[in-house]
Amino acid sequence: MIDLTIIWAGIIAFAVAAYVVMDGFDLGIGILFPRFPVGRDRDMAMNSIAPVWDGNETWLVLGGGGLMAAFPLAYAIVLPALYAPLMAMLLGLVFRGVAFEFRWRDPGHRRFWDFAFCGGSIVATLAQGITLGALLQGITIEGRAYAGGWWEWLTPFSLLTGLSLLIGYALLGAGWLIWKAEGALQAQARRMARWLLPAMLVAIGLVSVSTPFLEAQYYQRWFEWPGVLASAQMPLLVAIVGFLAWRAIRNIGQKGGRDWMPFFLILLLFGLSMIGLAISIWPDVIPGRVSIWEAAAPERSQIFMLIGAGVLVPVILGYTIWAYWVFRGKVDEAGYH
Amino acid sequence: MFESFDALFLARAQFAFTVSFHFIFPAFSIGLASFLMVLEALWLKTGKGVYANLYRYWLKIFAIAFAMGVVSGIVMSYQFGTNWSVFSDKAGPVIGPLMAYEVLTAFFLEAGFLGVMLFGINKVGPRLHFAATCMVALGTFISAFWILSVNSWMQTPTGYEIGANGQFLPGPSWAAIIFNPSFPYRLVHTVIAAYLTTAFVVGAVGAWHLLRDRANPGARKMFSMAMWMAALVAPVQIFAGDMHGLNTLEHQPAKVMAMEGHYQSHPDGAPLILFGIPNSAEKRVDYAVEIPKASSLILKHDADAPLAGLDTIAEDRHPPVGTVFWAFRIMVGIGFGMLGLGLWSLAARARRKLYDWSWLHRAAIVMGPSGFIAVIAGWVTTEVGRQPWTIYGLLRTADSAAPLDAPAVAASLLAFIVVYFAVFGAGTFYILKLMDKPPEPHEEAVPTHGPVRTAGITPAPAIEGGQP
Repeated sequence: MIDLTIIWAGIIAFAVAAYVVMDGFDLGIGILFPRFPVGRDRDMAMNSIAPVWDGNETWLVLGGGGLMAAFPLAYAIVLPALYAPLMAMLLGLVFRGVAFEFRWRDPGHRRFWDFAFCGGSIVATLAQGITLGALLQGITIEGRAYAGGWWEWLTPFSLLTGLSLLIGYALLGAGWLIWKAEGALQAQARRMARWLLPAMLVAIGLVSVSTPFLEAQYYQRWFEWPGVLASAQMPLLVAIVGFLAWRAIRNIGQKGGRDWMPFFLILLLFGLSMIGLAISIWPDVIPGRVSIWEAAAPERSQIFMLIGAGVLVPVILGYTIWAYWVFRGKVDEAGYH
Repeated sequence: MFESFDALFLARAQFAFTVSFHFIFPAFSIGLASFLMVLEALWLKTGKGVYANLYRYWLKIFAIAFAMGVVSGIVMSYQFGTNWSVFSDKAGPVIGPLMAYEVLTAFFLEAGFLGVMLFGINKVGPRLHFAATCMVALGTFISAFWILSVNSWMQTPTGYEIGANGQFLPGPSWAAIIFNPSFPYRLVHTVIAAYLTTAFVVGAVGAWHLLRDRANPGARKMFSMAMWMAALVAPVQIFAGDMHGLNTLEHQPAKVMAMEGHYQSHPDGAPLILFGIPNSAEKRVDYAVEIPKASSLILKHDADAPLAGLDTIAEDRHPPVGTVFWAFRIMVGIGFGMLGLGLWSLAARARRKLYDWSWLHRAAIVMGPSGFIAVIAGWVTTEVGRQPWTIYGLLRTADSAAPLDAPAVAASLLAFIVVYFAVFGAGTFYILKLMDKPPEPHEEAVPTHGPVRTAGITPAPAIEGGQP
């Protein structure tokens, strides 16, 4: 018998993962934006994501909307619990989203909209990282509702995850630019990637080391049989991928260097981190509090949506890939005339 | 009044504020996407440069409006959970899937093809580019379909069951949920409203430039197209609105009583109150100007038909009468104003003076923003009119809110007000600036600095080829 709840947990996890990697790199461009020289470099950095950012951000709506549809109880508990960071994220996304259009329409205030683009990206990223940390460390629930205060999310751990995601997205953005840009802009992205990569590995290490001590459940997962098998492998895998990424970044611009390689190795690092999170959290939808089965929508809702998702998600992936394909290759000014 | 500034009041104020602001952009972009589709189709069919120029002219405006719609829309998709978590928990199994379908069938479609629509003309060629424009236009319509289905289900809930834990659960038929009794009427009325809103904006921009230069071919074309829309669609909208009203009378009579200002029942023909000041304390409309028996004639098609008033409904189920009464009159008044301008334009057209009557052009400029006001007034009518319920007759607004501290909601409401007025005010200013520029045949393709972007969709070779 197929468990629809597990399938839906998989779909929501996929939507969140798709969001993190796709909006991750374009938020990363926003985070790094002030580091690019005003003028052609900034314009090109923005042009490299302008045709795709809107589609990337839609996965966030699918993650939120899908959570409401598939796990309404989790949606109803988590969102009030994270009220302040979520509001900050939404307002940050407002600023950075409109900047894509406004900075071209108002050269007199372009500095302001560039600042809004960067500031909005940083606020949204920090808020997302804090959200993750707050969920991992556990939230107060009574009955079917959140019962904590509106600052409960704020702890050293959630700040650590916020900062870690900031570093991670910035690294993804740098990797994207190494792939899509040339010349001075690419060189600048490469310089930034060279210190962002070690910073990200340190961040992964810190978050991984603190997580098992937040909840007994995580500790058992990672240090008791059979989870200890995974615990033994994960640091090694992260180290290997980290080393490969380091080499790929170093080789850019030299013989045998491949411009797309750093980006995909950084994606792999994100993938490993997300697998690690899944090992800690499974099978809960609110870590340590509510399981996916307790929060699941009734079977009729699950089936109705599964029909749509089964048909539409492949179609969406199809035209999303096509849209990326249309804008393939290095971004250059001529390409947009 | 300050004792009412609790978390519930603030949450309602925040939702009303954010959704009113948000609604402005889709109301514009649904119509504008279809207008762009028509322009590009006409360009592909006729090869006339004027259509390509108009396409490019309106695409820049569309890009700004669409971006504002996207970012304010993401806020909405999270507000259900942050501020109305009890409602989300209870209604999630029914409305959640419909909203998920909106994301899967509409948002991805719009976002996926918008990039190609804005930046891709020289990468994919005119036909594929036209297909992308069609997909974006289709996406805006599908989005309206699902979200209005959700809204209509909350107004006229059908096809549900109540679970043991108090949740609303889907019944055996999803069609009964999606195509609930008020949905067809609300969908038609709202989508036509979006088209009319766009038509009056386009008409006002055309009129603005006709006042400066009657010979500008782009201005003439857009003004003419917009006035056809006004003349043909405004009467259809009045008819659709009447049908929607009769449907509301059937399913939400209290809302219609508030719209009409009928505190008392009228056993032998109810008057149509044109104007007046609803006095809920005394249960009467002060200074009322009324047409005897006309309300019964409109609502029942019989001048002597009895009409029940709010006195037949328990007081704790009354909507706020004053707001509904006035919002409804603003909407209807604008609707007839739109019809009037449409008829005026027909008269001008019949005498071949469409581009010459400057008073017609001035009136069209005045009416330019009227669609937005009508759309917001209509939304206030239907949403305030269904109070005190979120799910009509089943779940009270007071029982739907999230367990939040008032200071948290107050802080976020203040932040939304400041940010929305600043950001969307700037965006509106940029749109007005673009509208102020006349549609030139060889309009500069590049914004003053930087590489071409939104403006860069120019099908430049085709324009040059198509220009006589």
